[in-house]
Amino acid sequence: MISVTLLTGFLGSGKTTLLQRLLTDPGMARAAVLINEFGEVGLDHHLLDRIDDNVVLMKSGCICCTVRGEVADALMNLQSLRTRGEIDFDRVVIETTGLADPYPVLQTLRAHPVLRSHFENGGVLTTVDAVNAARQVEHRAEAVRQIAAADRIILTKTDLAQEAEIPALRATLSRINPSARVVTGSDATDAIVGRLDPSLPPLPDETEPDGHHRHHHNLNEDLGVVTFSMTIEERVDWTDFGIWLTLLLHRHGDRIFRFKGILAIEGEDRPVAVHGVQHLVHAPVHMEHWPDGPRVSRLVFILEGLDPEQIRRSFSAFMGLKQVKAVA
Amino acid sequence: MCSLCGILGCDDHWTHSVDRPGVFTRNTDRHSRRSEGARRVAAANRVLSFRRVTLAEWQGTSYVVSNATGASTVFESFSHLWPEAETLAGREIDPLDDALIDWMEAR
Repeated sequence: MISVTLLTGFLGSGKTTLLQRLLTDPGMARAAVLINEFGEVGLDHHLLDRIDDNVVLMKSGCICCTVRGEVADALMNLQSLRTRGEIDFDRVVIETTGLADPYPVLQTLRAHPVLRSHFENGGVLTTVDAVNAARQVEHRAEAVRQIAAADRIILTKTDLAQEAEIPALRATLSRINPSARVVTGSDATDAIVGRLDPSLPPLPDETEPDGHHRHHHNLNEDLGVVTFSMTIEERVDWTDFGIWLTLLLHRHGDRIFRFKGILAIEGEDRPVAVHGVQHLVHAPVHMEHWPDGPRVSRLVFILEGLDPEQIRRSFSAFMGLKQVKAVA
Repeated sequence: MCSLCGILGCDDHWTHSVDRPGVFTRNTDRHSRRSEGARRVAAANRVLSFRRVTLAEWQGTSYVVSNATGASTVFESFSHLWPEAETLAGREIDPLDDALIDWMEAR
């Protein structure tokens, strides 16, 4: 299977600059890069003119509208060339436009009848501009969605930002996506090339720096975005969980930016990790052992306009469990 | 073939993923697969009874949902359960609906 890394980030957040640096890295020598332009001029193409023939430039404009067909076509074309021995690569990086929601690309990889046999999700990397991100998060749902979908967040332009503002931005990013690792500088290259630990990042510690606990955080009152966690003391029935989550995502997936959890499944010794973006659920990971800390199930959601308490009630009722607590 | 999207063999659902290293699934052998399939149908029916819709497996490869008037639909991918059930019920099935939560708590 060929790993596909999705590089996303808001307009002007440094995706192309990062790609330029990446393409000189020896670790990227066997990578195919798909670039999607947004705008009238193929500026990114000129910036990246050192790339060899494996780079495919899509001049279609906004990926939001066209990604399902075009990314699939581009990947099929790459796979076809690879099968014929005309090119060789062992990973793909897709740079999305600044306004793209990563979910459609992930869904394409997951659902396409041919692609899903050749390509696998290698993670979502989101560039975040240290100078402008705080304002973008307040006003643009796309920026929040991109951060929420990230497995790694790459903080860019830290040299231009006020040093004192960076801790506050990191705290904001942590609230939007508590489980994503935030990296800067050379770690950013490693995050894409794959030299960082590929294991699932830890679930968040719910303790606030001041020692208090909260069961949900308001991230943006205008957008109604909150993060919400709950713990489950009892063992979870896998079948009931599947029914509940599929129904919740069917009805409200558009407003669930991200979810992640670790579950103590009835009849299983080892924990199971689940995670997904909007309507998409990745294949559940059967973990080798429990991480440090209490061995209780925990679920974390990043929601837009949904009532966390209603989700807790629904989960408890569908699962027939009594010991479901909003983390408090 | 999927009746909604025309894709062949598309039922690789996360609840019963294809067995491969590192992935949790009960889709490991014939017995586990059938046993989990029966449990899944029973669990879905506890919810669907709220709208008087029932789900059954059909020939071990597909599903059929039916409503109280006898109308039914066959589909292959588990991911189409809720859209098909809502169509037959004529109403949405919302897990955050107080009435459905009360229904599930009472069971």
